[in-house]
Amino acid sequence: MRGRLWRLAVSLFVLGFLVNLVGIVGHVAVSSVAKRWFATPFPVAVTGEWYAYSWHEFQLDQVLAVTLIVAGVVTAAALVLGFPAAYLLARRQFPGKGAVLLLFFLPLLIPQMTYGIPLATTLYRYRIGGTITGVIVANLVPMLPLAVFILLPFLEQISVSLEWAARVHGASRFQVFRRVVLPLAGPGLLTAGLLVMVNTVANFELTFLLSGAGSQTLVVALYYAVFAAGMRPIYAVDAMAVIYMTMVLAVLLVALRYIRPTQMVFRLDRRG
Amino acid sequence: MRIALPLLPSVLYLLALFVYPFCYGVVASLQPRGTVGFSLGNYLAFFLDPWQARTLWVTASIAVPNTLLTVLLAVVVAYPMRRGIRFERTITTLLVLPIALGTVLVAEGINGFYGPKGWLNQLLLAAGIADPTRLTHNYTGVMIALFVQHFPFCFLMLLGYISGIDPALEQSARVLGARPWQVFRRVMWPLIAPGVAIAAALVFVMNFGVFPSAVLVGQPAGETRTVAIAAYQAAFERYDMPMASAIAVVMGGCQLAGLAVILFFRQRMSATGVATVGAGKR
Repeated sequence: MRGRLWRLAVSLFVLGFLVNLVGIVGHVAVSSVAKRWFATPFPVAVTGEWYAYSWHEFQLDQVLAVTLIVAGVVTAAALVLGFPAAYLLARRQFPGKGAVLLLFFLPLLIPQMTYGIPLATTLYRYRIGGTITGVIVANLVPMLPLAVFILLPFLEQISVSLEWAARVHGASRFQVFRRVVLPLAGPGLLTAGLLVMVNTVANFELTFLLSGAGSQTLVVALYYAVFAAGMRPIYAVDAMAVIYMTMVLAVLLVALRYIRPTQMVFRLDRRG
Repeated sequence: MRIALPLLPSVLYLLALFVYPFCYGVVASLQPRGTVGFSLGNYLAFFLDPWQARTLWVTASIAVPNTLLTVLLAVVVAYPMRRGIRFERTITTLLVLPIALGTVLVAEGINGFYGPKGWLNQLLLAAGIADPTRLTHNYTGVMIALFVQHFPFCFLMLLGYISGIDPALEQSARVLGARPWQVFRRVMWPLIAPGVAIAAALVFVMNFGVFPSAVLVGQPAGETRTVAIAAYQAAFERYDMPMASAIAVVMGGCQLAGLAVILFFRQRMSATGVATVGAGKR
């Protein structure tokens, strides 16, 4: 009896949380199509004009281009740099492995505001700060380890004997990599790529610290628009938020075809 | 050292762009702007200025209660779901949304939904509550924002962890006559606790670095002026990079201290050795 009441309370809490969540996201979506909305459950008149307005006012064509470039380059670089590292970590034991894993783990553990400020200072000193290059270089610091830790379990599952068999049959090291390891690592690469991409598009702190005029990604532009609330109609800000949301959800929905939601967060049971 | 070759690019990258800037920041923080040589001037200035030092208290008063609440509720909700529930996929997918969408979007949504003209306030007014309390642009707003972000994060982590524990352990305890509470207290909790500690550490560290939520749904000039805001203002409003680095070092130190406390408790819990058998299958 007491168990059943307890379970009911938990279900109600989850339901309440989800209702709030839907409300938070839904409020933004509804507001973005409102002509005017004041103290009524739903706006009296609906319009799509705020999308055109915010596209123009916030120069979203340019912002979107920056976002796509940053997300694309960071994802590609994280996979290219991260794959060999993850492969080695999955296959070999060597002295200092613990230290290397710690080095990869720290950028994910330490909040970006903490190491972002010294990082921004350094990059501004070398005049990379405030440019698209600076944004890419900084975002790669947490995204490279993220790619490594996502790839690691996938690569551990590929049996070494397959590689040995290929070697015995006369394949060169490169052929083994190209013909055996890479195809088998496909799902891992796809998962890592999608997750790195979602995280880069949504990554705020480092991008915020490193971007200047002309190198803002969508989420940073959205921050400035929310920060300066009152400068422009709230409906326009919300229209921009919906554009951002659509972009993140598009990648996320593809990603969720391949992974379970619990894989979106740190996996507690294995830390390298 | 041929075997190290595949590792080299990424290790060098992190050494150059993570370790080096951090060390550079520590050294820079010891050289206050406009002075020659090393001194603790920046740190003294930070701790002696009540307006700056107060940010530590402000941040802790957000981070500590929020971490406790988040982790407690995540355990309470994740534990009954360990054997799977109806609509699990739908629920977990919805819960991923705030994590994927990020703090800025959640902040904007909270300002709307919990704001004076938002749906919640309308509902409260319709229910006859004439003067509901303000929920945004204050301490409460930041607490809501962090909870909406970190509860799903913590819950999904713990759900993955708890459902990975071998059901046979629990079944054995039940067969031997343990009540549900005893199963939790004597069998499951000792197995869950290390994971809970790590989850708590992650949530605490994130909470202590709160920036966008504190600005957008908080009151960044007053009751939610957190350490991260102080560091940002030193760096990008006063362009005092040494001071900003000093504040970042203080912030990192607090995060490490919190981490150490939590890991200390984790150590002590596993040292009692109630049940350390079977890491369970994944």
